[in-house]
Amino acid sequence: MIFNIPFIAVAALILIGLYAVIFKRNMIKMIIGITLIESGVNLFLITLGYREGSIAPIYTSSPGGIMALPVPQALTLTSIVIGVAVLALMLSLVIHIYRHNGTLDARKIGGPEE
Amino acid sequence: MSRRNIAAVLSFSIVAMFLIFGALMIHPFGTPTETDMDDNIITNAQTETGSNNAVTSVVFDYRGFDTLGEATILFTAVAAVIMVFRRLKK
Amino acid sequence: MSGMSKIVKTISGITFPFITIYGLYIIAHGHLTPGGGFQGGAIVASGFAMVLVSYGSIWTMNRVKEKNLSILESLGAVCFILLAILGLGFGTAFFNNFLVGTNSLFGVVPAFGSGLADINTGGVIPLMNFAVGLKVIAGLFGIVLVMAYASRTKEENK
Repeated sequence: MIFNIPFIAVAALILIGLYAVIFKRNMIKMIIGITLIESGVNLFLITLGYREGSIAPIYTSSPGGIMALPVPQALTLTSIVIGVAVLALMLSLVIHIYRHNGTLDARKIGGPEE
Repeated sequence: MSRRNIAAVLSFSIVAMFLIFGALMIHPFGTPTETDMDDNIITNAQTETGSNNAVTSVVFDYRGFDTLGEATILFTAVAAVIMVFRRLKK
Repeated sequence: MSGMSKIVKTISGITFPFITIYGLYIIAHGHLTPGGGFQGGAIVASGFAMVLVSYGSIWTMNRVKEKNLSILESLGAVCFILLAILGLGFGTAFFNNFLVGTNSLFGVVPAFGSGLADINTGGVIPLMNFAVGLKVIAGLFGIVLVMAYASRTKEENK
């Protein structure tokens, strides 16, 4: 009944983010596309560690049963924090570029001429 | 249809084909292939680390070196953001 | 940026202590319930960002200096590395959990299987949770403060 729907959702998120990075000109829209790709990768890491009919891997007042795998959840935590750090650095550089050139179009900012 | 547009559409369609083919051919949802290490962590986490939470014991005790690298990345990103906007003393 | 109206300032001043206590509860109970250092630090940092947006950046920057925030963040990072090196001194390896099983601060081993939560367990994990939580709070609030200063309009700079 489920038939791999979470994996198809991961592919759709990555494709929408890749479309925003390649085919848009505004720099803020490119940054939103990069964030969508990171969300797709985090979702893929979590859906790799699910067993059929399992509960969360915590022992405090837990009902019995088999538990899900804890290692992919720990790796996803690290990946989310790295995504936040890279997003903060990208946004601060876009603010600096806007102050210097006056436009947000990625094809109109000049390089080192003259 | 300049050459840049043709290259963009071609590369996007190749990546889309790889991703959709991979999403349909992967193992069925809910049956991971190898679970020996995680079963060992689940049964031994309470006596070896002394905490009731298996995810926290993996993050800080079994794989504490990755958390050290992540703390370094967070520190470097904050330092770089503050350095971009520093006020030059006149 | 200037602050918002009187109603927004009053309500955000009332809910700010509740958000801080909720975030500190998630940091402190990281070895018993879902949560930990990173998640609780993000909650407290977003509470600080709410105060920054509703009271204005000039009012906030008169009370919080950037130098104090960078000192706090460095303190959190140094405490984390110090706890890892102490495992090398007491035990045998880097990042060794040297407080489990002894009669010191956090050294009780819980029984196997599901049971009630005892905060005296965990070894060196709750101390590491506090160090990482302090680092994340200071780092995220520092980023938001610097970006709010950089997007001022030209009339406020004079």
